[in-house]
Amino acid sequence: MRTELCTALVARSKLPEMVFLTGDLGFMALEPLRDSLGNRFINCGVAEQNMVTVAAGLAKAGFDVWVYSIAPFCYARAFEQIRNDVCLHGLPVRLLGNGGGYGYGVMGPTHHALEDYGVMLTLPGMQVYVPAFDEDVANVVARSGASNGPCYIRLGRGELPPQVEAPTYAPWRRLAAGDGPVVIVAGPLAGSTLGALPTVGACQPELWVVTELPFGRSPPPDELAERIARCGRVCVIEEHVAHGGVGAMLSQWLLETGLRLLRYNHLCARGYPSQRYGSQAYHRKDSGLDPDSIRYAILKIAQ
Amino acid sequence: MRLSTADINIAKRQLLTMHYRSRVGHLGGNLSALDAMMVLHHELMGARDRFILSKGHSAGAYYVTLWSLGLISELELTTFHKDDTRLSGHPPAQGIPQILFSTGSLGHGLSLAAGLALAAQLRGGQQRIFCLTSDGEWQEGSTLEALVFVCHHGLSNLTILVDHNGLQGFGSTAEVATMDPLSDKLSGFDVDLRRCDGHDLQALRDTVAPLSNRPVVVIMDTRKGHGVPDFEGRMESHYLPLTESQYQAAMARLSEDS
Repeated sequence: MRTELCTALVARSKLPEMVFLTGDLGFMALEPLRDSLGNRFINCGVAEQNMVTVAAGLAKAGFDVWVYSIAPFCYARAFEQIRNDVCLHGLPVRLLGNGGGYGYGVMGPTHHALEDYGVMLTLPGMQVYVPAFDEDVANVVARSGASNGPCYIRLGRGELPPQVEAPTYAPWRRLAAGDGPVVIVAGPLAGSTLGALPTVGACQPELWVVTELPFGRSPPPDELAERIARCGRVCVIEEHVAHGGVGAMLSQWLLETGLRLLRYNHLCARGYPSQRYGSQAYHRKDSGLDPDSIRYAILKIAQ
Repeated sequence: MRLSTADINIAKRQLLTMHYRSRVGHLGGNLSALDAMMVLHHELMGARDRFILSKGHSAGAYYVTLWSLGLISELELTTFHKDDTRLSGHPPAQGIPQILFSTGSLGHGLSLAAGLALAAQLRGGQQRIFCLTSDGEWQEGSTLEALVFVCHHGLSNLTILVDHNGLQGFGSTAEVATMDPLSDKLSGFDVDLRRCDGHDLQALRDTVAPLSNRPVVVIMDTRKGHGVPDFEGRMESHYLPLTESQYQAAMARLSEDS
């Protein structure tokens, strides 16, 4: 999604107050943005704590501020700076974390971001975006850019099956209709899940994707609630640890709304169960997030 | 307004009384920093200039400085450190317009100031940014990250004041994690390095006021608990509140000096 991000931000760079800070990342991707912004493109070097707090200072002075790094260096290294300097003051700093989940694959666990949006959502006023498709990125840039508070944007790669078009952007979207179990996926994994959907007899699963969190700001739409009430079988899939994830949010929302389930399953990132490392696909399989595991989980919950 | 020693002593009495009545410690670092904060706000800062208190544990001195400017009432100072106050132990995030940022976790202020200074440079304005750090705070990696950034971007509109009182939470800076001589370390960066007695009003004026074509760092030689007998220069002054005898002795000395 870096190409789409760069295109969207180059368009935005016409704003004279826009500044973009990077922690020395973006080689062979963000050069057009650097050329467009000139001295408002600031490579802060390998110093993420300083970068985030400088961003807070710039935002306080009225600038339109974007901060970029790979996801773990963006949200984890500078957590206290995000908490104290950005969020305590409600400043509109947009944190762009590239390669959410296992996105950096065999680069190893220090480069993975398995708990990013859960951690960020503990902070006051934080809005999270997990764009699912390449086509979502421009919308997410526009929506977060219009926000007057802090945002974290987890970027991945588009995974839509060939010949499938991304639906018009919305925080919640139905990707496939059916009478079977309701499957809710966070972010890009929805594309792979769409390609893995089984046919469960006459009960085709219904697939939804969520791209904005928390539920308090972007609650599940009424038609999804009605569908869950009718079916009572839900599977949540996310490339994120269980704590603080969409599964936990959905469980709380179900309790608060009084909806009762017959069956529930949660597929999530489980860390490194095999204690081996590999590609994003390898780690997804290790956590039971690969297409076969997803298909099996949906079939099981449909029984 | 040109400050006199009597003006400083009035502020110092207010600071001592506020801390004594609230039974609050951290007074030592407030007393080492008060003179500089008073000179900055009364004499050196223009209307557009900004101040960041990176050593947030000197919030009391900051509140008293704002009181001396008529921006916080005397009545409000009595709420310091109490329930339902705006005057928390470290500067608050909201509620006092002059305080731009909540600080208190060391190692943040210099980056905040760098952001403001960069903003001013991008806009081409003449705004000066002042940032007051402690000396122990230079042990924070993030402070050094910030200094690298400040120098790389040539933020000459930024003046960094170091309250070099030599004592930190659990020992002297020399004992805990020494950077002494701090001037040798900082002179390796592309800064305009200056030094003065942080309790000499004229020296503060003469050292801090001049503009530079490089970021300015002023090492202020100060004494923790300055002006309080049996308290000044002692470790106890970092955390412990004043005893009644210490408070009375300090108030008496300040009255004599006024």
